[in-house]
Amino acid sequence: MIDTLPVLAQTDLSSLDTFLQMLVGGLALGTIYALLAMGFVLIFKATQVINFAHGALVAIGAFFVAIVVLDFEIPGRWMPGAPEWLTWSLAAALGVVAGGLIGLLLERLFIRPMVGEPLFQIAILTVGLDIVLRTIVDDIAGLDGRPLADPWGIATARFGNVTIPHTQLVQFGVVLFLMIVVALFFRSRTGIAMRATAWDQEAARAQGIKVGRIFGISWFLGALLAGVAGVFASIFPRAAGVSSATAFVAFGAFPAIILGGLDSVVGAVVGGLIIGLAESAASIYLVQFSSVLGSGFSAIIGYVIMLLVLLIRPYGLFGTEEIRRV
Amino acid sequence: MLSVENLEVVYNDVVLVLRGISLEVPDGKIVALLGGNGAGKTTTLRAITGLLDVHEGDVTKGEIYLDGKRITHDDPSERVRMGISQVMEGRRVFAELTVEENLRAGAYTNRNGGKVKKAHDRVMTLFPRLKERRNATAGYLSGGEQQMLAIGRALMQEPRILILDEPSLGLAPLLVQEVRDIIVEINAQGTAVLLIEQNANMALSIAHHGYIMETGKMVMDGDPKRLLKDEDVKEFYLGLHAGGEKKSFRDVKHYKRRKRWLS
Ligand SMILES: Nc1ncnc2c1ncn2[C@@H]1O[C@H](COP(=O)(O)OP(=O)(O)OP(=O)(O)O)[C@@H](O)[C@H]1O
Ligand SMILES: [Mg+2]
Repeated sequence: MIDTLPVLAQTDLSSLDTFLQMLVGGLALGTIYALLAMGFVLIFKATQVINFAHGALVAIGAFFVAIVVLDFEIPGRWMPGAPEWLTWSLAAALGVVAGGLIGLLLERLFIRPMVGEPLFQIAILTVGLDIVLRTIVDDIAGLDGRPLADPWGIATARFGNVTIPHTQLVQFGVVLFLMIVVALFFRSRTGIAMRATAWDQEAARAQGIKVGRIFGISWFLGALLAGVAGVFASIFPRAAGVSSATAFVAFGAFPAIILGGLDSVVGAVVGGLIIGLAESAASIYLVQFSSVLGSGFSAIIGYVIMLLVLLIRPYGLFGTEEIRRV
Repeated sequence: MLSVENLEVVYNDVVLVLRGISLEVPDGKIVALLGGNGAGKTTTLRAITGLLDVHEGDVTKGEIYLDGKRITHDDPSERVRMGISQVMEGRRVFAELTVEENLRAGAYTNRNGGKVKKAHDRVMTLFPRLKERRNATAGYLSGGEQQMLAIGRALMQEPRILILDEPSLGLAPLLVQEVRDIIVEINAQGTAVLLIEQNANMALSIAHHGYIMETGKMVMDGDPKRLLKDEDVKEFYLGLHAGGEKKSFRDVKHYKRRKRWLS
């Protein structure tokens, strides 16, 4: 999950441009982690379920986008003159919503009947779901993966000496938009009901809130955000398509979730950005120490940071000290 | 009118907690339900509002009616929609949400904008303190303020019947009086009240009718004034011995402290 843009190869490690380039790369990776972590935390807060199938949801969302775009050509086939960025974006939106619906379905079929069972059992169930779902995606997508056929390709923009792929400019816009949507959602009637449910399920039911519906919505949103992360993890410069490797982004996001504090959505965003930036910085500045640290150090720096933070703050940066629930 | 007939509740399929109790809450009245620890008051509330399931409880006999319509097994949200709302024991405010958001959560089933506004205005008039602290995080309110918020939240769905479970618990005497006055005011505005209390004095002083339960059975019911005079009631619920002297304050205090640990 590391940017290896050619411009970095010959740049001076102490230059400002290198630093800015590192920031851009870190934000690009960090926002993907943030989307993933947000969805994960959303599901955890609302339902108390630790969703180990989140990685599969990343792949499934991206996979649906590939299908909608290339196999079904929806809505492109009905919009002959429309610009490609528009038809593709609509198709991508459809694909991630379909991925969200899979999340909803999982909750309905497998998680809801388990309500009241020990949380550990439910977590193990999600491990099983993860394996099954990833196997299905692998079988259909094949080893080579499926391209998402985005209209931006490998085009880049230059700001001074900093290079940014068009796909990442789009990504920054989309992530910003989604964060605003999520923030507004939390202030809506349903969003308040979700936060109320997260705090005290029984008291929420006493207000007439249907917690089952809230569970479903949280899985839908979590899966949708995971799918969006999956889309950007499956296009240039990260990958050439969605494949069996896509789900592994979740491993990178895991330290971000723990770092942020498991039950804080803000923490998820901050944690995601920190880990993304750290990986990016390590891949540039620590390469010179690779004889000592090993060549793949940037891939595990997230875990190193997570462990260090947990030593000082066992509940993460934004986590509540204990999960106070009945 | 809310009526409970011959209700039997069992927890975990084995623990029989309510042994056939009946009670009525007529429209526009205040009804007090008294009883000591573990008598089954909260269980009665859970049965009426449909929240037994999370506690592994079941209604095994008897029925609950609202205006003659059977609601014994209705969904809790449906019962809220029909006008039964509750203030749970221990306040249970959504501590991470602001005061305003708690109220909006209370209005969840009330989807008519005009009605929500009306309910909100009513709450703000009843509780000026909440108005001042609208944007405060509920977890930072004092115990008294949280009790007010819990009551305000329950009023947001414009209930026909408000059930309060020990609203005086853990409050200073002055605040208990305030809560009592608020309940009278809410009732005067047309809402029927089922007031569950251990503070029999407070509850009976404002009720139109009183019930007393013990280990899952109704042992007495009737006119509050008569109940207040009853020797047994005096002894067990008013902290007064036959001689008239008050039970030592320390006993009461000790009991309250223990209770807080339990809940
Ligand atoms: N979930 C449960 N499972 C088993 N038994 C329970 C459960 N909840 C309550 N009980 C038992 O049912 C009885 C009645 O409890 P309940 O909470 O209704 O009493 P209460 O009158 O509200 O008492 P308090 O004044 O202490 O709140 C008690 O003996 C209690 O131990
Ligand atoms: Mg009780």
